[in-house]
Amino acid sequence: MQTLTINGQDYQIKAPEGMPLLWAIRDLIGLTGTKFGCGVAQCGACSIMIDGVVVRSCSTMVSQGVGKKITTIEGSSDSLTVLRQAWRNNSVPQCGYCQSGQLISAAELLDTNENPTDKDIDNAMSGNICRCGTYVRIKKAIKEAVELKKQV
Amino acid sequence: MKKIQMKRRDFVKIVGLATTGGLILGCNVSPEKIVINTLEDGISFVPNLFIQLQKDGKVTIVVARSEMGQGIRTSMASAIAEDLEADWQYVSVQQATGDAKFGNQNTDGSRSIRTLLRPMRKMGAMARSILEQAAAKKWGTSVENCKAENHFIVNSSTGEKVFFGDLVEEAKTIPIPSDENIILKDKKDFKYIGKKVIRGIDMENFLHGKSKYGLDARLPNMKYASIARSPVTFGSVKSYDSSDTEEISGVEQVVQLDRLIPPAGQFFGMLGGVAVVANNTWSAFQGKNNLNIEWNSGINESYDSEKFKEKLIDRIHNTAKVVPPFKGDVTKAFNNADKVIEATYTMPHLAHAPMEVPNALAWVRDGKCDVWAPVQDPQTVRAEIAHFFGFAIEDITINVMMLGGAFGRKSKSDFVVEAVSLSQKIKAPVQVVWSREDDIQHSFYHAQNAQYVKGSLDKNGNVTGWLHRVAFPSITSSFKPMSDYIAGFELGMGFTNNPYNIPNIQIENAKAESHLRIGWLRSVSNIISGFGINSFVDELAVASGKDAIDFRLNLLGEDKISTEKSPHPFNVARLKNVLLEVKKLSDWERELPEGHGLGVAIHYSFYSYVATVVEVSVKSEKVKIENIYSVLDCGMYVNRDAVINQMEGAAIFGMSITMFGKISTKNGAVDQSNFHDYQMTRMIDAPNIYVHLVDNDEDPTGVGEPGVPPVSAAITNAIFSATGKRVRSLPLSDHGMV
Repeated sequence: MQTLTINGQDYQIKAPEGMPLLWAIRDLIGLTGTKFGCGVAQCGACSIMIDGVVVRSCSTMVSQGVGKKITTIEGSSDSLTVLRQAWRNNSVPQCGYCQSGQLISAAELLDTNENPTDKDIDNAMSGNICRCGTYVRIKKAIKEAVELKKQV
Repeated sequence: MKKIQMKRRDFVKIVGLATTGGLILGCNVSPEKIVINTLEDGISFVPNLFIQLQKDGKVTIVVARSEMGQGIRTSMASAIAEDLEADWQYVSVQQATGDAKFGNQNTDGSRSIRTLLRPMRKMGAMARSILEQAAAKKWGTSVENCKAENHFIVNSSTGEKVFFGDLVEEAKTIPIPSDENIILKDKKDFKYIGKKVIRGIDMENFLHGKSKYGLDARLPNMKYASIARSPVTFGSVKSYDSSDTEEISGVEQVVQLDRLIPPAGQFFGMLGGVAVVANNTWSAFQGKNNLNIEWNSGINESYDSEKFKEKLIDRIHNTAKVVPPFKGDVTKAFNNADKVIEATYTMPHLAHAPMEVPNALAWVRDGKCDVWAPVQDPQTVRAEIAHFFGFAIEDITINVMMLGGAFGRKSKSDFVVEAVSLSQKIKAPVQVVWSREDDIQHSFYHAQNAQYVKGSLDKNGNVTGWLHRVAFPSITSSFKPMSDYIAGFELGMGFTNNPYNIPNIQIENAKAESHLRIGWLRSVSNIISGFGINSFVDELAVASGKDAIDFRLNLLGEDKISTEKSPHPFNVARLKNVLLEVKKLSDWERELPEGHGLGVAIHYSFYSYVATVVEVSVKSEKVKIENIYSVLDCGMYVNRDAVINQMEGAAIFGMSITMFGKISTKNGAVDQSNFHDYQMTRMIDAPNIYVHLVDNDEDPTGVGEPGVPPVSAAITNAIFSATGKRVRSLPLSDHGMV
């Protein structure tokens, strides 16, 4: 048995050896907000945070998450709160599928950079594909969230 | 006199939705519950199939089209809420199962709002009318004094108000009003239609990872499966060894599936292969990768897409089948011309690659079949399952989940057929999950294509002749073998309805066999005509020495409305208008920095008018898209912001096609496998996008697709203006330009 701590809650699982965190979170624990997109860390749909650092959960083993604090889209943080507000204000999502990963990547950016430049945003977000093409809105919403966070 | 009371289902018939009668049923999208709910609970007021009003004021609206990012759940609900005069905060949405009683549910062709805005508004207006009559009855006053206002009925003579929820009992006693007594709201009173809706119906779910896509469907004790399919389309299993698969922890069964071939003219069937069933998705994937399979490659094993491209080019350089409209005499026009130019354009196959891969959860038991899947056309899925597996149609329930993108891929439901076939075999609920590699390598591809255009100019630079030869494998080939020519509906997407006023036009349809499954992809063959026509018109403009926009305005000819039979006749003035608007929006005549260029393209599709200008910069042969300006005239629209979002997305989608979009094959097998070699536009490449919507009172027309077709040529025309280099074969990555 292994214990994963996700969004502050402990989950006991018995994962097959070598299983990536994505599938433990989705299939064994049943938190389906973290998405499968490519399986090879190319699209960012499966992004989660481990101790505050974004990883692609499709390519990160369960063992690397044990004993750490995992944050998924079902979780919350100061950055996620302002990002969600900015996402609402800008009606960012279309199909919504990639947005879990987009929000998690953006949350790490806001956690670590008080004043991201356009280039910082591009660098932080270019691992996340949005096939619907909502990039313009994502970028605008991130800039807005940066300002919202300063007001908090 | 005997009063005839209309039944609810008759009302649905009158507004033109239902093809059969039936109970008033909605469905529960929650996969945990497989019982179909009914809006008719004996307590609430349920005026028709689409609306339930509860005593606490909550309004549940059934949406029967699939949500794939176009915002249809919000738009449909707001159309009903508008004429119901409902307060948006009380509104929630229930997704319809696949059922003919809801009318056509096929979510494709950019037509949900076009065909359903008015019927849905009538559903709302009908309920509003009943509530007004209920209030009149309650107060003992004339219905003329009772007017709905934001979830209340107000008595205009006394100022009294009654909450919608408090009228439920009274409303149930009121007969269904006749059609002429259902009055739609005046446009000036709109609160939702054409406005920015404050709360997208799915927004909070999106933001918290709570939306349930197909891949999120869960049942107790369900299995997960991954299927190995022949690398060559329509190949079959010769033999397989699963001993390495059975070593994988979590793998439970290995099952061979035969190909199911659709009957001519309908359905999609399934490819067949070897399925690995496991107790989690990852084990199923691992198990599949560990299979040792020997394939019979079959008829498509020599398909090499580069060689095929040469074959298509050869064919369009020779005379082909001439198709209508026959207009004038191009040979004469070319002979009498001052200048004749010609060009050949090619584009490769494309895959849809929605972020959510194809998947379906099916549970076959006790003669019934339940499905949870992200499908664009649940009624066809239902009919297909009935056809292949013999269930009675009423024993099949298609629960439509959220679609994590679709772009046409999820209207071809082979993945559902696979899940049903497998569930029937293993006697358990099973979710078939495609890997990204499966998705890229076994799609219903957008067709590889080649076009040859020859045009003539007189000495004043007017276009006198236009010969357009096209070759690409038809979508029809997916339904009917040996369909080796482009179908009329495909040519009707830009080729045979070329909007320009040219006296002599000849369109020719050249042979092209299919060696992959061919399917429609967002805007379908408009992608091809949009690239070919807009590129060649640009070449003609250059040859005539005129400005690209002035040249097009002149070539479109006099303002007139087509007399051809159409629900929305083509109006050349509207196409000119979007062109003039994009000229303004892009500040077309401004001075550009060194290495920059502007390109323009226009396209009419799905009855909507689009003009796009792209600004590129080219540095050391590398192209960067700086700005995209798009103007859309889709007539009346519902959710303004969602329409703009669709246009922004279409620009990015078109960019992905132009920059990187290429599926190629060798020895029948697809070369690409995942996002590293089938690339998408990412934020780092995303330009600024400016969208302008034309406001008018025309009927609503398409939104989801029309933004895509002009993008490719606008980009290559801009590259020409920046560099003098004309790109005639896509993608740009083939030329080392990205």
